[in-house]
Amino acid sequence: AELRERAMAAVKQPVDLVALSLDERVFVKCRGDRELRGTLHAFDQHLNMILGDVEETIREEVDGKTTERKREKEMLFVRGDVVILISPPVATQ
Amino acid sequence: MLFFSVFKTLEGKEVVVEMKNGVELLGELHSVDQYLNVKLNNVRPVNADRFPQLASLRNCFIRGSVVRYISLSKSDVDVALLQDASRREAMKAN
Repeated sequence: AELRERAMAAVKQPVDLVALSLDERVFVKCRGDRELRGTLHAFDQHLNMILGDVEETIREEVDGKTTERKREKEMLFVRGDVVILISPPVATQ
Repeated sequence: MLFFSVFKTLEGKEVVVEMKNGVELLGELHSVDQYLNVKLNNVRPVNADRFPQLASLRNCFIRGSVVRYISLSKSDVDVALLQDASRREAMKAN
């Protein structure tokens, strides 16, 4: 709890904003038309992350039609180089 | 070095590595290095129907940069520890 307060006071760089979302649900947009929704448990300066209770949404073109596929994982390491953006869950969802 | 340490504690555990080309490999995490290159033992392909050439694979080395995801079991990690370690890493970088 004390570490959390110190983290909130120490927001200097954009990456520090990610620290504010630790233990919260986040929405991650990834390369390859993928989106992840999960609980942020860990991250580093490369935006490597560990997310819990994840739902992945993949948008694909099959026979000219865009379809959405969903997958669930209980605990997932995500490599930072696929991450486009990290945000609190989108309000409409 | 946070994730390097995390994966060192997962050595011997079963993981699924999904690579950027879509190939998924289920195996025992044998070792990891600072680049998050991994070596997997007793590998079984998850989608054997789409990738039959992987059927004969037993052990492999995967370059860290080609990994998209590594799937873990909740029971293999301590989330409170992960969160505190992340906060400390973030403050160190300042």
